[in-house]
Amino acid sequence: MELRPKKGKGAAGRYRLEGELTIYTANDDREALLKALDGPDELEWNLAGITEMDTAGAQLLILAKREAAAGTKTLVFTEHSAAAVEAIELLNLAGHLGDPLVLTGKEKTT
Amino acid sequence: MNMADALHTFLAESRALLQEMEEALLKLENDPADPDAVHAVFRAAHTIKGSAGLFGLDHIVDFTHEAESVLDRARGGEMALDDELTGLLLECSDHLGRLLDIAADGAEPDEDDAAHGAALTRRLAVYLERFGEGEQLPVETGAAEPRIDSAGPGPDGVENCAWHISLRFGRDVLRNGMDPMSFIRYLATFGEIVHVVTLPDAMPPAAEMDPECCYLGFEIRFRTDADKARIESAFDFVREDSAIRILPPGCRIGDYLELIESLPEDTTRLGEILVGCGAITPRELDEMLAIQEAQGGEKDEEGRPPLGEMFVQENVVQPEVVDAALARQKEVRGRQAQDSKFLRVHADKLDNLINLVGELVIANSGLGMLAARNKDGATMEAVSGVARLVEDIRDSTMRLRLVEIGETFNRFRRVVRDVSKETGKEIELVIQGGDTELDKTMVDRIGDPLTHLVRNAVDHGIEAAEVRAGRGKPAKGTVWLNAYHESGGIVIEVADDGGGLDQDAILAKAQARGVVAEGDELTDAQVWNLIFEPGFSTVDRVSNLSGRGVGMDVVKRAIEALRGTVGIESHAGRGTTFRIRLPLSMAIIDGFLMSVAAAHYVVPLELVLECVELPAGEGDADNRNYLNLRGEVLPLLRLKEHFALEGERTGRRRNVVVVQWAGRKAGLLVDELKGQLQAVIKPLGRVFSGLRGISGSTILGSGEVALVLDVPVLLEQAVQKEDYVAAQRIKSSRENVRVARTETADQ
Repeated sequence: MELRPKKGKGAAGRYRLEGELTIYTANDDREALLKALDGPDELEWNLAGITEMDTAGAQLLILAKREAAAGTKTLVFTEHSAAAVEAIELLNLAGHLGDPLVLTGKEKTT
Repeated sequence: MNMADALHTFLAESRALLQEMEEALLKLENDPADPDAVHAVFRAAHTIKGSAGLFGLDHIVDFTHEAESVLDRARGGEMALDDELTGLLLECSDHLGRLLDIAADGAEPDEDDAAHGAALTRRLAVYLERFGEGEQLPVETGAAEPRIDSAGPGPDGVENCAWHISLRFGRDVLRNGMDPMSFIRYLATFGEIVHVVTLPDAMPPAAEMDPECCYLGFEIRFRTDADKARIESAFDFVREDSAIRILPPGCRIGDYLELIESLPEDTTRLGEILVGCGAITPRELDEMLAIQEAQGGEKDEEGRPPLGEMFVQENVVQPEVVDAALARQKEVRGRQAQDSKFLRVHADKLDNLINLVGELVIANSGLGMLAARNKDGATMEAVSGVARLVEDIRDSTMRLRLVEIGETFNRFRRVVRDVSKETGKEIELVIQGGDTELDKTMVDRIGDPLTHLVRNAVDHGIEAAEVRAGRGKPAKGTVWLNAYHESGGIVIEVADDGGGLDQDAILAKAQARGVVAEGDELTDAQVWNLIFEPGFSTVDRVSNLSGRGVGMDVVKRAIEALRGTVGIESHAGRGTTFRIRLPLSMAIIDGFLMSVAAAHYVVPLELVLECVELPAGEGDADNRNYLNLRGEVLPLLRLKEHFALEGERTGRRRNVVVVQWAGRKAGLLVDELKGQLQAVIKPLGRVFSGLRGISGSTILGSGEVALVLDVPVLLEQAVQKEDYVAAQRIKSSRENVRVARTETADQ
């Protein structure tokens, strides 16, 4: 997975996640995601580019959320890709991640 | 204690519990209302289930659960334990035993076992359903143990019909290339996932978190028509290092409570999750917390979670629930107190101790010899003091290994019950001498031969009721199991009051097979012994019970492997008795030492009747093989000739050691008598496995080796030899007569 910072005004803390978020990339992903948590208090990660997500990936998203909350930051996932939605739905993580946008994402895809 | 040890303990305990369960079930067959027995059965099932859960033996947990549910109802007096149900429960206890065996091997049940388990579960479910139909209502109104089932509150009662699956995957599951998600997806292929709750609680802080480990736990409500085995099979690949718990629809609160307690997460949190996924209602959670509180005892209330408190305040806790919990706690304590009276010791440690005592015996006799050689009176006295103590230690050590045979005997109640059901004969099993003790290894190994003999007695021995009536015998047949001590050994008898062995049939069969030549005169005992020939069976039809290829020859071999013998006594129309004689112990014996042609031999002291000097002239004359002992004629075995020893005769006089085994006597002709000693029997190597007449060796104090004589075999040989010689003599005398007759005719 690749983390692409968004460009433009007010783009600090806004990233786009590209590629697979799975066990195969989990080690690197963790580093990248934790690094991305350093930044402004308002974070927004766009999940539209997630092509594949498994339990390890879901676990990382939960971790990111929790770390952000621990640092009293808000992390929001947006525009979930179909793969991300499928995983989050399957594990019923929508409520846990608490992203209103997850639902939006789901609506978009279904 | 590591996990393997703990598992071992669990298996041992569970087997003991199963035994209790079986005994109680058999009791219930006679007295279906016996409340103690019902409780005993329930307790056994419940405890096995609980402990199996600790080891992640989910197939055992699941299987036992069904039986427990039925038993629970029986316990509450809501369901009658009729013959059919008792029989079914007996089968269940058998299956559990099988599952335990499988667990002991560290294996998983194969398809046959799983199918068998599923079949039993289905039959149990029939009972539960039958019960459920008429009496759904009382369940909801809050009995002592409220149930979570279809009658539960809430508009969508259907939801409660779902299975509850609790998954805690092993940490390495991801690394091993398996994705928990795919398991959930797989579940969805044969059922409907009602609700999933993912628990990330176990995930450590980011710094310690290994992204390749799986920290997530899952609680799943799952609706399906498939059975437990099918659901379980979904997790076949991960079962080993994962904790997977599957609760079927309609579980009791206690089951969920157990589930919660077995999971790592916080109780209240889990409780809420269970409420959240519809497994239980808030009211039920409240009761669970109440039970927990009662069990937890002194824990401070401040630590109680708000949700729990709220419920406790809102709903008055039912006192019965708390009482039940307290009673259970007391029961556990009582059991612990009982446990402390016994010490579970690994058999290896005991064997090691016995070995050491054996070495001590040898070392001490060496010391005694030295003192005797030096004519040091004081030391000799001291040594004999030590020797006495060593003897006591030896005896108590050996006793540690002794167990009562009664437990093994009781197992046969079941065998007799099953076989008599199958054959439609009414049979009573009478057990005598159950408190007779013998070595644990022997008890373990005598079980199979005994089973065979008991089955035979019931199947072939006891006649059908009509035949019995015709013979003027009571319609109810009797099989006796009897054990007692006799001259340093133990005797186990399996007797029946049936028709006795059919001498003609045995002879005919033996002749047909060429074991016996036509016209051979055989004694009764010789005829009976024919049934121990390999492949010998006089029964033409192969019944369900016997004739499965395990012949009497196997029984005989198994007994001989224990250095025992088996004899038969049979009376036509009155019954048959199989008498098994076993030595008391196999390791250290009191022996009698003697020497022949400079070689040393030991016989077990218990077998020695007396020692006499060979009267001058007696036996010398024509190498006679018999001895006149105060008017009694005994076979005489000349050890020097028998073993073809070449050494010179030692000592001035020649002695006869009279030995007795199984009621037979014989004299052993030896040179010198050396007196008694404690012999530590060492088995002979494989090279000597074909050697007849020698059962082992022992090391003397002087460091020399003495051979231990196998008296039963020697006796047999002596008798055979005598028979042979006698036959020869008769033959030759007959020929003489014939010659004489011809001569007279010629004249």
